[in-house]
Amino acid sequence: MLLFPAFLIVVVVVLIPLIMTFADSLKHYNLLDMSGGTPFVGLQNYAKLLSDPGFWGSLGRTLHFTILSLVIEFILGVAIAMLLHAKFHGQWLLRGLIVIPWAIPTIVNGAMWRWIYNPSYGALNNFLVWLHLTKTYHQWLGSPATAMNMVVIADAWKMIPLVAMLVLAALQLIPEDVYEAVAVDGAGRIRSFFSITLPYLKNVILVVLVIRTIDAIKVFDIIYAMTGGGPANSTMPVAYYAYDATFNQLFISRGAAAAYLIAMLTLIFTIVYSRLLKTEEESK
Amino acid sequence: MIVESRASRTMWSTVKYVFALIVVFCTAAPFLWLIISSLEPTQDLYSVPVVIRLRDFSFSRYAQIFQSSDPNSPAYVFRHAMGNSIEIAIVVTVVCLIVGFFAAYAFARLNFRFKRSLLFSFLFTYMVPSISLVMPLYIIFSRAGMLDSKFTLMLVYSSFVLPYTVWVLQGYLVSVPGELEEAARVDGCTYFGAIIRVIVPVVIPAIIATAVFALLLAWDEFLYALILTSTIHAQTISVTIASFVGKNVADFGMIATGGVLAALPPTIFALLFQRFIVGGMTAGSVKG
Repeated sequence: MLLFPAFLIVVVVVLIPLIMTFADSLKHYNLLDMSGGTPFVGLQNYAKLLSDPGFWGSLGRTLHFTILSLVIEFILGVAIAMLLHAKFHGQWLLRGLIVIPWAIPTIVNGAMWRWIYNPSYGALNNFLVWLHLTKTYHQWLGSPATAMNMVVIADAWKMIPLVAMLVLAALQLIPEDVYEAVAVDGAGRIRSFFSITLPYLKNVILVVLVIRTIDAIKVFDIIYAMTGGGPANSTMPVAYYAYDATFNQLFISRGAAAAYLIAMLTLIFTIVYSRLLKTEEESK
Repeated sequence: MIVESRASRTMWSTVKYVFALIVVFCTAAPFLWLIISSLEPTQDLYSVPVVIRLRDFSFSRYAQIFQSSDPNSPAYVFRHAMGNSIEIAIVVTVVCLIVGFFAAYAFARLNFRFKRSLLFSFLFTYMVPSISLVMPLYIIFSRAGMLDSKFTLMLVYSSFVLPYTVWVLQGYLVSVPGELEEAARVDGCTYFGAIIRVIVPVVIPAIIATAVFALLLAWDEFLYALILTSTIHAQTISVTIASFVGKNVADFGMIATGGVLAALPPTIFALLFQRFIVGGMTAGSVKG
């Protein structure tokens, strides 16, 4: 009885639509060409998807986005957590400041960075020229070579604080005497980081890794706000591919097939995540 | 403590402060730039190279947002969208906390068949990408005549906020010993009385942390709002900002003003309840 309202919402808003998406993905359903109706075609949409270089390209860009953002977020997230864990003057300022990017809505963040990257009026070009690091203004989001990396930076700016706060919480649980023990052995800071801190952080790092991977597979909002998938599809990850197929090309069944594959991909990582939590629980 | 030479200590201390300065700059500069853009007059905003003249700063765009009565102006649209976002986020957060708390209590205390798989299905519901659900939802709500409605968005947002609150709160409740309620019941409390009077006060930090996250989830949502709404009757602030960015109709100053206002409520919440957040995160995603 306590569970019923929660259960009802999950069934109506999630389970039924998910089944409908799967059903759509088994038809030929193109709103621009309804002459043949919407016949059942089995797994044909999936076969076409898997032979479409555009789809593989979007999967590759999702992979690019995922790996690059995880690397940036981890290195900087752990470094900032270590900084917040150490003592220094003015620390309160940084502890407050660091929450702000995380609280800024994704669309606002995207719009903000799009403006920062603006080739002529943007802060980035003006700042780099002012520092004499570059002489010409760059088309950060306008060139296929840099656009995806610039989107990753914008996304990482918002998400690093989350990683840092999670790692900080784990750092605070490491008992001080473990460090004293290795200090007796004459270990320096760098060695004690690799032999104590990192092993202690293993669990939190694994968990954040999986959560951020799921987030990265779904990445859509920031792309919509910053580039719309362009230029020349260079920032179109797989979730945007599904959106584009469904809502721009109105090829419902192809979009549904892509969307369903993404859902299954997140299902796999959700299983990994719940296994991870279970083994962690048992190790306690 | 780590024993090291004075030179090494000075070096590490320098590294620390230099890094801290860089982090402060990189964190603050982007949103300071957004705030500056919202205050600068349009001609300064669109000058090359960029100029920042403090004496020209004005709050006129903010005043416009609060006063504009022209339904076609971005200022008017932003004000209404802000109202919609606030209404939706508050209702979703409050409802999901209450419903989620009791569901979490059931998961933490009672034993029933399929408990683990049900809990897992809640987790998956929270994780499933909205792009996989949005087209069927559009069809369902358009047949039911429920498109472009705040109630519809509240319902849809609950489908991912609620599993989140259930998931996090049950993680907390498992760690609260069951003897607490039993003692209260022996003292004459009813079943619900024991939950409200004994358990809620114990887990209030968790409830606050969950509330902040739930609010941010609802406030941040974009794709459902984009597809399921069409007018300022139900459009949220994220959708209106994205539409103005895409169309380039407004000068960026107005978008920046809308952006600052849209970022304000979640930022205030996050800063106010910061010390609960870190604890809430560990419970929610690490303990499980």
